[in-house]
Amino acid sequence: MPRFSRSFAAASVFSAIVFSTVANLSAADLSPQLKAVRSVSREGQGNEAAAAAVRTLSAASASDLSQILAGFEGASPLAANYLRNAVESVADRHLAAKKPLPAKQLEAFVLERSNDPRARRLVFEVLAKVDSTAGDRLIPTMLLDPSPEFRRDAVQRLVGEAEGLGKDSADKAKQVYRKALSGATDSDLVKKISKSLKDLGDEVDLVSHFGFLTAWRIVGPFDNRDFIGFDIAYAPEKELDFAAKLKAKDGEVAWGEITTSDKFGIVDIAKSVAPHKGAVMYLATSYEAAANRNVEFRFGTPNAWKLWVNGKFLFGRDEYHRGMAIDQYRVPAKLKAGKNVILLKLCQNEQDDDWAQRYQIQIRVCDPSGVAVLPVSSKNQTTSDVRSQKRQPQRLTAQAEGASE
Amino acid sequence: MTNLKNSLTRRIIPLMAAMVSSTCLTGADWLQFRGNDVSGVSALSEIPATWSDTENVAWKVDLPGRGASGAIVIGDQVVVTASSGFRQDRLHVLSFDRASGQKNWERQFWATGRTMTHPKMAVATPTPASDGERIFAFYSSNDVVCLDLDGNLQWLRGLTHDFPNASNSLGMSSSPIVIGDTLIVQVENDAESFATGLDTSNGKARWKKVRPKKANWTSPTFWQEGDAAPMALLQSSAGIEAVHPQTGKTIWKFGDGASTIPSSVVTLDSLLIPSNGLTAVRLGEKVDDEEGSPEVLWNDRKLGPGTSSPIAVNGKVFVVNRAGVLQAADVNTGSLLWRLRLKGPFSATPVAAGKHLIFFNEKGDAQVVDISGAEGEIVGENTVGETILSTPAIADNEMFVRSDGHLWKIAK
Repeated sequence: MPRFSRSFAAASVFSAIVFSTVANLSAADLSPQLKAVRSVSREGQGNEAAAAAVRTLSAASASDLSQILAGFEGASPLAANYLRNAVESVADRHLAAKKPLPAKQLEAFVLERSNDPRARRLVFEVLAKVDSTAGDRLIPTMLLDPSPEFRRDAVQRLVGEAEGLGKDSADKAKQVYRKALSGATDSDLVKKISKSLKDLGDEVDLVSHFGFLTAWRIVGPFDNRDFIGFDIAYAPEKELDFAAKLKAKDGEVAWGEITTSDKFGIVDIAKSVAPHKGAVMYLATSYEAAANRNVEFRFGTPNAWKLWVNGKFLFGRDEYHRGMAIDQYRVPAKLKAGKNVILLKLCQNEQDDDWAQRYQIQIRVCDPSGVAVLPVSSKNQTTSDVRSQKRQPQRLTAQAEGASE
Repeated sequence: MTNLKNSLTRRIIPLMAAMVSSTCLTGADWLQFRGNDVSGVSALSEIPATWSDTENVAWKVDLPGRGASGAIVIGDQVVVTASSGFRQDRLHVLSFDRASGQKNWERQFWATGRTMTHPKMAVATPTPASDGERIFAFYSSNDVVCLDLDGNLQWLRGLTHDFPNASNSLGMSSSPIVIGDTLIVQVENDAESFATGLDTSNGKARWKKVRPKKANWTSPTFWQEGDAAPMALLQSSAGIEAVHPQTGKTIWKFGDGASTIPSSVVTLDSLLIPSNGLTAVRLGEKVDDEEGSPEVLWNDRKLGPGTSSPIAVNGKVFVVNRAGVLQAADVNTGSLLWRLRLKGPFSATPVAAGKHLIFFNEKGDAQVVDISGAEGEIVGENTVGETILSTPAIADNEMFVRSDGHLWKIAK
């Protein structure tokens, strides 16, 4: 999944300039090999050529690393792994032979935030093997870095600093925790920081921090007995008309509203509406974006689901009661400037086990690094003013679940 | 022992000949989950019944990440996988020198599929496999990485990258096996469920077939008689499907259902399936009825295993139930022979070395049971002091077991 708009060619030029400041420019032209690696695609297509290319790349000199690293720009997750193997091989060979690596150039690559976050982290870990001061020098500057791993390291350092402050330094500790929170996106660290702040008398607005969507319109239940509902396009999938009366599982139903006050944004249908079984519920909301932009919808649910944004089907998953967690699913999406309509289909099965009764969802909007992207207005908007929309045909998008960092 | 030797001769030697094209195997390898023939048995090995920090621990090394995957042994190296990071999205393959424990090399990859698992599980839960010249590392994210024995990348696949709904939020654990030049991989879950046979030379699918849409944590096994073509045996909630490894074509089906956690084990001429307790079916090309089902030899509801897979040694089958009771039964009749209470709970599947069965419970306590007598007898109790969910590997007189943090070599 491309994270930056700059082209691979531009990245190559940049990396070559960075590396050329001290090291010699590479004598070898590795572009054919990089092209082969970057061409690898689904179902093993291009594997043989990519493997042959990696053998050549792995034999490259340290001064060739700039070319290889430039290849990460816009590379698919598969290609990035091939490139990673080549970089590791080059670095390991030089380290084993006690040959120097271009530490200054590696550091410059790490510090350039427009470079691929994966490659930057890889290079940092190589750099740390030859420069024991790299972590202490670089990590504290990375609190708001595009790389979640760098940011996590920076947050952890601040948490450690705050924890080391004595009881007499409560105000200072609050400041440090607040600073740490500003860069924290991983749920474990956010929870830890918010608890520490609460102990110090500060409350954290977790809904805003994560960007949870808390206000929805809701309608149902439609029939999901014997799992039939996941594949049936009930009325809300064809047209959103919040004034309409809809034929549902137990008769005619109308749209209502549901707003959660849960601090982690969990919309609990079983508790707040009814513990429906063999049911499909639809939830809709609107989200006003400041500009056209790419985001991720991240959510957790133990129920089967489908997601549409502005009438376009993005992804669906037919799985029940296999756990629920923050950021359990990540679905890339494009938001348009202004109002965007989000429609969720949430399915409950008919299991009667105690552990299979949850009917809930927690959903947020964030950037690819996990930082909340809040709507223009500070509060989520319900969809009362959204005009009727006709749905586009469903199509599974290949990128939806393959977007793990 | 005679039966066992016959079994090994009939099943392993042809398979090894098919598996290995250029590398000389010493017979001292443990190439995949439950060993080369997926039996969990190393008949001629002798592992110390007792060990401690100062006795019979040849070495102990740190691991950089979590893992419920077992180690494999290929010649002079021991290979393990691990997963690290807040989201366990960093995938590791590590090679250690078998004699010294020195790290030979490490390679890392980024997961391309989902990495959520049950907290108890890790992304590195499936045990890797090898054909003696390549390593096939498989993860809960459904990434498959093929390396040569020096850590050079040969190919990789992202099976969830390719098939985005192939995942399980609790994690995937099925360990792949190599049959000839095909890697058998089960990617079975509630949504996009399939099994595939990957060409070991390039990772491309020789075949891919839809499987029951139900979460499945079991691992495949195989059966081969003499020079006949081997068959892969795929377990699921529906039962067992025997397929040709090269084509995926169905040979027969056992349709009475099976567990989705403990895996079946092959004996001399039968398959012991965790199905309605434990069910034995006759193995071979011949089927029992017009529907193509194998003959059911016996069934016993009281022999149902817990999480650990059953193991068959020298005419007996051994099953640990959910209460931690080890039951020994006649492999030909299912008749109960004896019971022995062990200290559980267990996730790891036991392994056999000579006359001993070795059980690691989740607390890291190992119980060594002598199975040579009329009753089972615990002859050694040891601990590594860390959670153990992985199945040990045995090669020659050495045992390798890993936790989330360490890999041990147990040997005199």
